Amino acid sequence: MRPEKVSRAAAGWMVAGEWRAHPSRVITAALAIAVGVALGFAVHLVNASALNEFSQALRTVNGDADLQVRARTPLGFPEAAYPRAARLPGVSAASPGVELAAVVGRTGGVTLIGLDVLRAAAVTPALLARPAGGQAAPGADVFDPDLIRLSPAALDASGARLGGLVEVSAAGHVARFTVAGVLEDVPEGRKIATIDIAAAQARFGQLGRLQRIDLKLAPGADPAQVAEALAAVLPADAEVASSETAVRRTDSLSRAYRVNLEMLGLVALLTGAFLVYSAQSLSVARRRPQFALLRVLGAPRRALLAQVLVEGLIVGAAGAGAGLALGLGLAEAALRLLGGDLGGGYFGDRRPALVFAPGAAAVFFGLGLAAALAGSLLPARAAARAPAAVALKTAGDVAEPPSASGAWWAAALLAAGAAAAFAPAIGGVSVMGYVSIGLVLGGGVAAMPWLARLLLGPLQRRALPWPAADLALKRLWGAPGQGALALCGIVASTSLMIAMAVMVTSFRGSVEDWLDQILPADLYLRVEGGGGFDPDLQARLAAVPGVQAVHFRRTTTLSLAVDQPPLALIAADIDRADPARDLPLIGQPHTTAPGATPVWVSEPAAWIYRLKPGQTLRLPIGPTGGAETTVAGIWRDYSRQYGAVTLATRDYVRLTGDRLRTEAAVTLAPGVAPETTVEALRAALPSPLRDRVTIIRPRQLRAVALAIFDRSFAVTYLLEAIAIIVGLAGVAATFAAQTLARTKEFGMLRHVGVLKRQIVVMLAAEGAILGAVGAVAGVVLGFAMSQVLIHVVNPQSFHWTMQTRTPWGLFVGVSAALVAASAGAALAAGRRALSADAVRAVREDW
Amino acid sequence: MSPHGPSDVPLLQIQALGKSVPGGRVLFRGLDLQLCAGEMVAITGESGVGKSTLLNLIAGLDLADAGDIRIDGVSLSALDDDSRTRVRRDRIGFVFQAFHILPHLTLAQNVALPLVLQHAPAATALARASEMLAAVGLGGRDGDAPRQLSGGELQRVAIARALSHRPGLILADEPTGNLDPETAARVLDLFERQVRDAGAAAILVTHSDVAAAAADRVLTLTPQGLVPRYAT
Repeated sequence: MRPEKVSRAAAGWMVAGEWRAHPSRVITAALAIAVGVALGFAVHLVNASALNEFSQALRTVNGDADLQVRARTPLGFPEAAYPRAARLPGVSAASPGVELAAVVGRTGGVTLIGLDVLRAAAVTPALLARPAGGQAAPGADVFDPDLIRLSPAALDASGARLGGLVEVSAAGHVARFTVAGVLEDVPEGRKIATIDIAAAQARFGQLGRLQRIDLKLAPGADPAQVAEALAAVLPADAEVASSETAVRRTDSLSRAYRVNLEMLGLVALLTGAFLVYSAQSLSVARRRPQFALLRVLGAPRRALLAQVLVEGLIVGAAGAGAGLALGLGLAEAALRLLGGDLGGGYFGDRRPALVFAPGAAAVFFGLGLAAALAGSLLPARAAARAPAAVALKTAGDVAEPPSASGAWWAAALLAAGAAAAFAPAIGGVSVMGYVSIGLVLGGGVAAMPWLARLLLGPLQRRALPWPAADLALKRLWGAPGQGALALCGIVASTSLMIAMAVMVTSFRGSVEDWLDQILPADLYLRVEGGGGFDPDLQARLAAVPGVQAVHFRRTTTLSLAVDQPPLALIAADIDRADPARDLPLIGQPHTTAPGATPVWVSEPAAWIYRLKPGQTLRLPIGPTGGAETTVAGIWRDYSRQYGAVTLATRDYVRLTGDRLRTEAAVTLAPGVAPETTVEALRAALPSPLRDRVTIIRPRQLRAVALAIFDRSFAVTYLLEAIAIIVGLAGVAATFAAQTLARTKEFGMLRHVGVLKRQIVVMLAAEGAILGAVGAVAGVVLGFAMSQVLIHVVNPQSFHWTMQTRTPWGLFVGVSAALVAASAGAALAAGRRALSADAVRAVREDW
Repeated sequence: MSPHGPSDVPLLQIQALGKSVPGGRVLFRGLDLQLCAGEMVAITGESGVGKSTLLNLIAGLDLADAGDIRIDGVSLSALDDDSRTRVRRDRIGFVFQAFHILPHLTLAQNVALPLVLQHAPAATALARASEMLAAVGLGGRDGDAPRQLSGGELQRVAIARALSHRPGLILADEPTGNLDPETAARVLDLFERQVRDAGAAAILVTHSDVAAAAADRVLTLTPQGLVPRYAT
């Protein structure tokens, strides 16, 4: 016989009646879903808007270029590559360019591009100036080598004006230009300056070198084929990029950080699901006799299942809808206040416009529904499966079986979570790490009744001398599942908070230790915005009174893969016999063969490019554009997420001939006052450089580094706090629901002579005991999850490792707060227990 | 199902019914009972002897260890849970000691519930509910909430609900157990009239001699089965 349809009228009456009677339960559950959806959606919108803006900027600047030849290092590649590229079949236009990091006027961070105007007009028209307001600057001539064009952001920041002179510093050279126009088509916030390519080569030491060639292909040409042909004719210090690889590189810039934030957003949704589960379970328990009556009157099991699921669905829809609206508002506010990277520092200070994503909205709406349905599924099955005849006679609380049922479910989830932690990353992101955390969390929550019995067992076997506390203990022992339901949401959010706190504490501690290792000097100098210390200046600085020793370094960039962000190339004074003296090595160094060029790669570089000590690494530097080196060790680096390669200064000079240095570490003579030496060092600097050199003491550098660290985790802390608040609200709501179901119990206690204050103590004791059990569960679970974050998620997503540090003070504080909050919530919810209604309830029908 | 008048055709047939409880204690064994349309039987017995269990077996809420129960010739033991539920929904009405009126529905919605569960249109079901509320002396109070009623009035609503879908069999478990004697007498009188007017059969489980006196037969449940009361 076919299953019958469920009576919609009956379901509608039951659902509407229940909600009229208990609106607060519905509102709390919907709110939990709304907060989860809002946070996840807001983070996603911010990420999408920022990436969209970044990609659009990229497209605007790259214009109609189908392919681009890029230098792998700022040193560029031989300009002989240009005619070879331009003459390839399939190429219809080619625009050569010089591209340097420059300081223009009083602002650094400007991208200076030297263009052949005629060639650029066909490929990258956005880089050609339109006269501002329709008027050209006096004497404007597109081929004039003394003229410069600035983007609006560069013009504002440099302090220059149209028609005026401005000083430009790049690659260690300084030159003056007249501002002749404004690059109106460059996106807002991008600081770009363009000059004639010949002037760029001549004035900034780039004769015979280029950093880019933009290519437009002929109609019908296959980009992949042309790219392959191009790669065959290019030198080793150049690479071929397309718009897709550019987008992938942009995406790589912040993918792990964005995914991490989105996962945290989903954490709030997960907490919402647990709250819905808790609320629905208690509601089903309270309505057990109602459901039994429906079964007796002839409703099929399916009808009860459908009713509870429909309730969950409606709560989910209401919550998800409200969440989307709230998320839009949050995203707008976040973009205005924190920028497109929510404090991560990936996209500079840009404030992108919010881009609404209907697809993402649909997905998050669906996730909200799914969370509510998932939270309703087990209670719905419980409602459908409860034996009607028994349930009809029993109202409110029931004693649970002596053995904790469902413990095997918990064990299975925990085991699956442990297994998932060993899975590799997917697409460079620790997806299985997050899955592991979810499974461990689910297993831990499922194990709560078993844990409650384990912890309360020894106490329960004795009669406590305080009757009220004894009653509380006996009740919790008899129904640990009910207690666990009350704490479901708070244990979920507490454990997540503990996990994040342990991870952040461990990370911060590891960063502090690392800073101590890498900052042994007394003063540090760094050149901002291009240029550096030439050999004469290096000698003068070393001779400043009070200076005992100076170690100079050169930091530049190089690209090892076209779809990965560039990594840092560092030339430093490394003792090849004892590199651990100069670098925070991980593991033992590898001894290279005589004649080999050793390099030491950072931990992120080793992860991203799968490098091991002893391996050969080809760097795009040197006379031939490609130098063979040997990986001699891996060092810990928390400052460069995309990796770094260090080689000895003499090897760098031998390969590149570059003698400019960008940083200096100064050791002072004993007894010398740092302030005096700082003044002397600054006085030794030539005036063009003086304003662009930062001199900083280690403790200041340390403070700046830790401030950046804290800022990047600010949003994480915010999400944790919201999850805790939602969890606490859930505790209060579920205690209220439970207490409502126990009105007759309290009335009976009052009848047999239990004093009001004893009931108060009993309720507070129940709340405190539950809070203590929840605290133990939350801390243990949280610590387990933190190990997955520390040893799986961080290495796989961010490519660094750290040592676990345990914030015992936080554990104690959180536990105490949870016990107090639970006792308070139970007490507040139990006000009804002390009312006259409770006494009357004994005589009434349910 | 159309109402029947008193008839010799057994509406309910129980043969050699046996049931034990978890732990092995035998509640009863070899229990036989036949009930015709229009007949009212009272079942008495000591507490814990299994009276409510017997009602649960007849309602299809539980399965017997031995024997057979047939309602309108249909054997319950041959049916799955959904089918037993359908039989219960279509052919049986219930009155409980604790009334079990749903607090979040109006009186009319409570009474209409069995019809709505049979997929009758809500308007039709509510019209029938209104009729039944009037029949039990609560006319015009369709929209009232249960909390506004006394115990006796709630039991009237329960009686109206039990009969709204015109079942052939009414099962009443201590229907006057929660009522004072005066109210109990009024409710019992109403119950008897309504059942007989509907031509239904009824089984009344009770400790009350007054309630038992209203029945055509009074049986006592023992471990050996149902025996006429006062049998030696």
